[in-house]
This record gives sequence, C-alpha cells and structure tokens, in this order.
Amino acid sequence: MTTTDSFADEASASPNTPIVLLEEVGKSYGNINALRGVSLSVRQGEITCVLGDNGAGKSTLIKIIAGLHDYTSGRMSVNGEERHFGSPRESLDSGIATVYQDLALAPLMSVWRNFFLGNEITKGPFRQLDSTKMKRIAQEELTKMGISIPDLEQPVGKLSGGQRQCVAIARAIHFGAKVLILDEPTAALGVNQSGVVLKYVVRARDAGIGVIFITHNPHHAYLVGNHFVVLKLGRVALDTHRSEITLEQLTTEMAGGSELEALSHELRSVNPELVVENESQRQEDT
Amino acid sequence: MASTITSPASADDRVSARSLGARLLSRPEIGSLVGAAVILVFFLIAAPPFREINNTGTILYQAALIGVMAVPVSLLMIGGEFDLSAGVAVTTAGLTAGLFAYQFSVNVWVGVLVALVLSLAIGAFNGWLLMRTGLPSFLVTLGTFFILQGLNIAVTRLASGAVASNSISDMDGFNAAKAIFASEFKIGGVTIKIIVVWWIVFVAIAAWVLQRTQIGNWIFAVGGDAAAARAVGVPVRKVKIGLFMTVGFFAWFTGMQLLFVQNGVVQSGEGVGKEFLYIIAAVVGGCLLTGGYGSVVGAAVGALIFGMVQLGVVYAGWNPDWFKAFLGVMLLLATIVNLVVKNRAEAR
Repeated sequence: MTTTDSFADEASASPNTPIVLLEEVGKSYGNINALRGVSLSVRQGEITCVLGDNGAGKSTLIKIIAGLHDYTSGRMSVNGEERHFGSPRESLDSGIATVYQDLALAPLMSVWRNFFLGNEITKGPFRQLDSTKMKRIAQEELTKMGISIPDLEQPVGKLSGGQRQCVAIARAIHFGAKVLILDEPTAALGVNQSGVVLKYVVRARDAGIGVIFITHNPHHAYLVGNHFVVLKLGRVALDTHRSEITLEQLTTEMAGGSELEALSHELRSVNPELVVENESQRQEDT
Repeated sequence: MASTITSPASADDRVSARSLGARLLSRPEIGSLVGAAVILVFFLIAAPPFREINNTGTILYQAALIGVMAVPVSLLMIGGEFDLSAGVAVTTAGLTAGLFAYQFSVNVWVGVLVALVLSLAIGAFNGWLLMRTGLPSFLVTLGTFFILQGLNIAVTRLASGAVASNSISDMDGFNAAKAIFASEFKIGGVTIKIIVVWWIVFVAIAAWVLQRTQIGNWIFAVGGDAAAARAVGVPVRKVKIGLFMTVGFFAWFTGMQLLFVQNGVVQSGEGVGKEFLYIIAAVVGGCLLTGGYGSVVGAAVGALIFGMVQLGVVYAGWNPDWFKAFLGVMLLLATIVNLVVKNRAEAR
C-alpha cells in the first residue's frame, strides 16, 4: 500500500479548478428525499471516492451527473456553467462518461462493436461502418491500457468481469471523457481483478481525467482516492481530503462508525459463546 | 486450433486463434443452413417433382411470401421486440388500398399510398405505445392484433357489404401497380414471381444495414442491453419505433402483393396466424427470442425451409392435412440443430 500512497499523494494538493461542481444538490421522488444537500467537486487528475452503504444515495448521485435523472434542488455546474441534463447523451457531450457496474456493455456484441457503440466510424457515401479501422483503434487503445484481448470479434459476454470494466474504461477515455464516473467497478470482482481495474483507474487519473469512484469498499477507495465523500441516508456524512484521514478512520466511518460499535456490543451481550460455537460447528461440518 | 496469436503486444497464451471453420460455425444462420440442407436432401429423395427445375420458382414464391415479412420481423427480434400484429397488418394494408381506391374512385396508386401511410402509422403506434408504457411488446402487439383483425372485417363489411374488398382490377393504375408488386417473368423455362426478386433485394439491403451500418450496430445494442445502449448515447426509443415502422413498411409491401396478385380483391379474414410463421422463420434463422443476436440471412433461410416443406409435402403426394404437423416437426428439428451447432461452435 505504501507505493500507492506515494503516487496518490503526488496529485493530492491539486490546484486545478473543479470540472464538475455540485452545491447542495438534492433529489426527491415524490415525498422521498433520496439525496439532500450534497456538495461534491471533481477536479482534473484527481480521484474523488464516493462511499456509502446500500441505499445511501450513491446511485442517485451518479444518475444525476450521468444525465439519467435530473436533480430537484441545489446547483450542478460543469466547467463553470450550471447544467440540467435531459439525457445521457447531453452528459456525454459535456465530457462526462459513466461506466456502470452491470450495464456497461451489450454482452452478445463483439468487443470492437461495443467499444464504438454510439460513436461508430463510418466511411463512404453510404456511411458504411469502417470495421477495419475500428478494430485497429480498439486494439491500440486496449493495448495502451495494458489490456490484452486477442480476439476483438468475440462477444463481450465471454470476457471476465474485470476485462469488461477495463474495456468500458478504455472506451470512455478514448472518446475524450474529462470526467469518468465508475459505479462500483470492483464490487463483483476477485482480489486480482480488482487490482487490475484499480490500476486502470489510476492510469485514467494520470491521463488528466477527473474520476468519481463509487464504492462501498474503503480499502479500494483508500488505495487510489485523493478525496473521500461518505454518504449516509442521502446526506454527506464525511467530506475529507486524503491527508486528513487514515484507512482505519475511513473504514470505521464507512461501516457506520459508532453505530457499528453499538451493534457489536449488542451482539456480544446477546450470547457471545453461541456465536463462536456456531462458527466452530460449521467448520466441523465441512 | 494449434496456431497462436501472432501479435506479440496482445498475446495471451490462454487464447488460441479460432479456425475459419469454427468462426463460420459461430455465425447465427449456420444452424438454419444445415437444417435447410437436410430438408432439401430429404425432399429430393422423397418427392420426385421436387427435383424438377420448373418447380423451383414455385418453391421460391412460397418462401418469399413469408420471407419478405421475415426480414423486418427478424430485425425487430434482434432489437428485442415482437410484433404479433404483423400478420393482420398485411391484410389491413391490402384492404385499405383496395377499399380506398374503390370507394373514392381514385387512381389505384392513391390507395396504395394511403395504405403505406396507414401501415407506417400502425408500426409507429405499436412502437410508441411500447416505449410509452414500458409494457412487453407481446401484450401491446397482441392488442393491436385484435384491433386490426376486428377492424379488417368490420370496416370491409361496412364499406363493401361483403367480407372481401371490391375488385379494383379495372381501375386506373392497376396494371402499373401489378407490374411492380405481383408480376412474373421467365428465366430458362422457370417462372419467377417478382416478389422473389424483391425478397432477395430486401434481404441483401437489410443484411448490409444490420452488419455494416451504425443503425445495425444500434439494433443489436438495443436488443442486447437497452440500458447499456442508452447510457452510451444510442437513441433506444427512436431505434425501436423505427423497427416497428419497418415492420409496417414491409406489411404494406406484402399487402400490396396480396392485393395485386388476387386481381384486386383481399379477403378481410386473411393473415391471422401468419405472424407466427414470420417469427418462426426468424427463430429458425438463428434470431434469439430475447434479442441482441440473429441474422437477416438466417431468417431468409428459415422462410426457405418453410417454402420447401410446404411444397415438399404436396410434391411427395402426401395428404396436405399433414402439412402443419410436419412443418412443426421440421421447425423443431431445425431449431434443435441450430442450438446444437451453436453450442458446439461456442465451445471451440
């Protein structure tokens, strides 16, 4: 972790102006306030981690920035201009690309078709797809990112979860994303694959991209993040810079902090032996 | 399979290059081609008239009657939707053209154009309602199916007093329209109906659009994962409504063929059940029921299988009563072959 510490610190004192700035943004669905007064800034070459438990409002937050939902209060500005996105296309055109955990790519389509989906290169008067060129560019871009997928004709569904995330990230970077939103890119992955994905997240940052890294894993967040925002029940519970927090503090904060402590006391007081016994019994059974 | 990838930059020793044969086998239409070959050989042996070159034109005609509609239906299915109203929409188009031209005593072409507008509108309505409500297309188009079936009979009886449209064969423009939609010509003793030519043209264009254009890429994407497609900026709504309107366009074309081949008369009860034949042709041709995968060429082969079986039963001298049962068995077999071949190819 010490190595990652050092390169995260390099960019930590970034003087860059924020590309995306959220001020007191809120979103309500009828009488339900999914998000209340959330402020967040995304700067070039920085990774902003958004942490939170299920239902904390992480998805609502990215949906607002990605243009899938509009916000109902507050102010969101992109490159200094106040914006309300009506569709994902508008968000994309402003340089914001989102890589979703599960809906990043169409599984039955080939890698190169997915790579260029929505941004196809055409040639000739009949606007025929230039598949040779697209395959070459896709291969180059993936190689640049260090991803090796020998057969670009194979369907994306056959790739591993980590490879899929990497293809989606490479695609976003190639199409000139200035802000990259990553929705729990490591949630469904093993240790090794998570590492690979985190490596690309860092590469994206080094390419000067502002990254919003959504996760509920404080360990992954602390490996790469410059700034941490913890959401709880639709509000910002913690908003701090890397230099002001340790991994332990972040983990505690993320896990519910005092609430978790109370829970652990409660569980212990119920019957600690029983819990231990069950555990040992299960080990004997297997 | 022993050869490895040559590019050193992207070498991954777990993946070896797939042979040409394996790549060929992974095409969606390969199962239907194998099925068609089996059925062809079977009838060449079992039914002597099947071997006569003269009958080829008739078989192709039977295939084209299903095949033209199988083109948009397969595109729609790859786009992730069904259209159960496709069969009766054909009849609606034919009736509209015939009744309009007759009732208002206008040139046949006016009726043909009115039918085109209506057919596109029905497609647009199906697509719009689907996207607006988010209901499954099965339900939406089942509704349209009954609406059109009812309207076909009711409006025809109201206008002509009978269950068929009035004949327009002696009206202005009939012959010109017939030349386009329902004429025939001879090549070396084989009578070829013009719709067979149109069918081949449509399949070629649609296959090119699907494989080689941006729209084609979008069709695969909206059927494979509409949310993913939307997130990268594909206009999912427009693509799906466009696909339903394509079905409308082809329903119009097939309806015109129906009108002009029957000397300007269309029976109002026709078309019910045809929608399943189109869907079957597409499925046999390798289109996935859940969308995102398939081929227009495959659907054409599926229609060809239909034509061969329909006439093969007759040529073999069997009672045509058996046709439907035989067709069902053939289709099941073709689908299973399709599945087995596909699984084999993917395992390589």
